[in-house]
Amino acid sequence: MLLALSATAIVIVALMWEVCMPRIEEELEKRRARRAYVEGVGFDPGRERRAEQRARQLLKSCVNDEEWAMYRDLGFVRVWGRNADGPEQGGTDRTLEGAPYAYLVYPHKPIISYLPQTRQLLSEYCVEFPDETRPYGSARLPDSDDVLAKWMALTGDERRLIASANMHLPGRQVDPKQARRDLWRLSEWERARLARERRSASGAQA
Amino acid sequence: MKPGHGEVLLTEGDPELREDEERLVLAFREQLEQGMWAAVPEHAPNGRRQARMVKEFSEIPTDAERVIFFPRAAGGC
Repeated sequence: MLLALSATAIVIVALMWEVCMPRIEEELEKRRARRAYVEGVGFDPGRERRAEQRARQLLKSCVNDEEWAMYRDLGFVRVWGRNADGPEQGGTDRTLEGAPYAYLVYPHKPIISYLPQTRQLLSEYCVEFPDETRPYGSARLPDSDDVLAKWMALTGDERRLIASANMHLPGRQVDPKQARRDLWRLSEWERARLARERRSASGAQA
Repeated sequence: MKPGHGEVLLTEGDPELREDEERLVLAFREQLEQGMWAAVPEHAPNGRRQARMVKEFSEIPTDAERVIFFPRAAGGC
């Protein structure tokens, strides 16, 4: 009798083992997977900050001291237009056409063209530098890289950049009041910079 | 310039050395085929700085320290 019960128990244990073993192995596998170290692929909050710091250094190394100081202090860069064939001096109706002109280059905002003599805003040029290898959900260039890309394209091939851009009348994206205020800030900044340079020059002579 | 990353060093070398030049030409063509624009920062005659846009490796000035590739401009907003 005892022998029969023992044999039955052994058979039951063997059957249970066969039934339960795959499930136990599966659970163990899941547990191992949950506890395994996975290489970090999430959002890195410092990445954009580091990219911007590198971009600022690159911009600084490409533009001249005045343009770098302008960007550092005011947040935009002025680039002189190169396609004007008109007279040196503008400011009147007669000389407005063809007068020297310039652009205000902001990060991730349209480029604004204007006449420095009259501070008249001419147009907005909306331009982007999308990553063509990732047409959907393309990341943006860091702010300073965007400014540098516009600066390089304007100083290197102004016509091609302007031809690539969507042109609009002033005020579509950038508030004209803000743009005029920036032009006033620029003139004040230039005046202060000139005064500093004069002081340091006279100090050096004395 | 790589969107989302900023500046990335692609390759460097001395164009006067044959092996380096081949590598530089290859990297240059690869970037242009990806639709990038290439520019070389330089000094303008009036004391200003400017960029020279280049479309061929041979257009790069011999004294250029670097070539910067950036995504092609497109109309936006």
